[in-house]
Amino acid sequence: MPLRKKVDTPDIAIQEETQIKPYTMNFGPQHPAAHGVLRLVLEMEGEIVERADPHIGLLHRGTEKLIEYKTYTQALPYFDRLDYVAPMNQEHAFALATENLLGITVPPRGQYIRVLFCELGRILNHILNITTFALDVGALTPALWGFEEREKGMEFYERVCGARLHANYFRTGGVAQDMPAGLAEDMYEWCEELPKFLQDLESLLTNNRIFKQRTVDIGIVSAEEAQDWGFSGPMLRGSGIVWDLRKSQPYEVYEKMDFDIPIGKTGDCYARYLVRMAEMYESIKIMKQAIEQMPEGYVKSNDYKVSPPPRAEMKNSMEALIHHFKLFTEGYHVPAGETYAAVEAPKGEFGVYLVSDGSNKPYRCRIRAPGFAHLQALDFMSKGHQLADTVSIIGSLDIVFGEIDR
Amino acid sequence: MPAEALEDMAEFIVENLKGSVLGSHFERDELVITAKSESIEKTLQFLRDNPECGFRVLIDICASDYPDRPDRFEIIYNLLSLRQNDRVRVKISVEEDQIVPSVVKLYSAACWFEREVWDMYGIPFSGNPDLRRILTDYGFEGHPQRKDFPLTGYVELRYDNEYKRVAYEPVQLTQDFRRFDFVSPWESVTDVQLPGDEKAAIPPHGWSSMADSVSEAGRGSAENDNRDEMPVDAQEEDTKNAS
Repeated sequence: MPLRKKVDTPDIAIQEETQIKPYTMNFGPQHPAAHGVLRLVLEMEGEIVERADPHIGLLHRGTEKLIEYKTYTQALPYFDRLDYVAPMNQEHAFALATENLLGITVPPRGQYIRVLFCELGRILNHILNITTFALDVGALTPALWGFEEREKGMEFYERVCGARLHANYFRTGGVAQDMPAGLAEDMYEWCEELPKFLQDLESLLTNNRIFKQRTVDIGIVSAEEAQDWGFSGPMLRGSGIVWDLRKSQPYEVYEKMDFDIPIGKTGDCYARYLVRMAEMYESIKIMKQAIEQMPEGYVKSNDYKVSPPPRAEMKNSMEALIHHFKLFTEGYHVPAGETYAAVEAPKGEFGVYLVSDGSNKPYRCRIRAPGFAHLQALDFMSKGHQLADTVSIIGSLDIVFGEIDR
Repeated sequence: MPAEALEDMAEFIVENLKGSVLGSHFERDELVITAKSESIEKTLQFLRDNPECGFRVLIDICASDYPDRPDRFEIIYNLLSLRQNDRVRVKISVEEDQIVPSVVKLYSAACWFEREVWDMYGIPFSGNPDLRRILTDYGFEGHPQRKDFPLTGYVELRYDNEYKRVAYEPVQLTQDFRRFDFVSPWESVTDVQLPGDEKAAIPPHGWSSMADSVSEAGRGSAENDNRDEMPVDAQEEDTKNAS
């Protein structure tokens, strides 16, 4: 006996094929999957995206203009507020550019501390990106697990500079202060434990059927296209290009570090996820080496026209007191010239093009944010995909609006 | 010293692009090529397609404003060659209201960079398929990164409860905008030894040497080690503020 009674359905003759007009859809600027304030105007053909037009600038604060009116010391904290997921990596680019113009070098211990915290920033960034990416495609648990681990990393930030996010720790000529006692040991311990967490995270995602269905073969970028669109960082490596500024144009002590560059083969969202995942293991390797090899000594340049004097010295020396006053009011004058300094930030090549006219303020400070070029390619990457795939693509782009809008 | 290969490349580029390139120089070991604004497409095409150069990645396009120059704006194209592992900056100078050929056909990434330059500096690009404003608000007027645009802007924004929407009003500052002049009148007399000012020599190497003198006086100093690694930088011109 059939469970359901057969009902005679009246024959509805389909008179004409229903035409779905291409329509325009607004996505964001307040949408959980928009990673901030992205407004997308999507031209849809049914469920298929014909054209994606990102409207950006909702978080534009005029950072480049503001920096032109600030001394070099005052300009540095603006870089924390660009990519607020990995603040110290941004500061690094500006500090390198200023040091290049001033012609000063950072003492070895300062360089090691910088490398250590840059890699910590990379891990924090990738944890945030991978877990929120998973959240976008429907997995909640990675975010819950990841944020707990991320908070432990933020504590190291806090212990070294006093702030969880807006560090203002990398200064021209080195870092603001030495690491407190015991921090290096605790960080090393964290590095030992982190692979366990990463393996757990991988076990949730890498072979997860739903995750793979949502990411494999979505948003494929060939190596040619990746170069054409100005990609850098994991976006470029995901397309199979071996390129990492830490290896190819090494700065600080990256030359002495032993690490590999993971690359993806397929250039899709899944490959980019795998690259980021593998990069975290490499970062842990670098952090451990940095802690092991870190020498004793000064953490910032001893140039008394750039670095503020030690506090103890100010109590005794009139010179030091005057210098302190001058450095924090007038700042230091940077010789005229221009330079471009780039670092391998977690999201890609973060560069600062700095023009100085010899005064104490930058004449022009151009910030090259990796996310800007990546988001631009969203149109071509999501063309022909479904709306839900656009969300995965945005997740795999790793965009943060602080740096895109500047 | 710039790398020899890069010097050779600079020569090679200038030789092959006679007529469209004005010259090349090194700015702190970074290769800078100045080109004619009308032949920027040709220059970039050569830099991209020539196997000796292979600058396939357009890292950045940005502009800079120099109101005192006859050609007011400078546009900087920042290129990267993954194969040669080199960077080059191509610069062109443009007047106000001069139309610059777009390079979107060569580099897809150029589109948004050019939009930003248009938005911030008001330099129009011919051939860019989508030259809208990008970072500023819908309906924004002016080009904020120009040096004659005030930092505070012209309008401010508030939510108008009566009309239930945001409203623009002329900006009102409770305090005048302050810009301090840090060019000291004493800067120019650094070489002059003023009579009566022949007091103790200024410490030559920075803080550690000062810490030495402090500790000698018996006050003790915590940071004396590893001084030999301290950079010794030229500070001739800096001696004036110290005394």
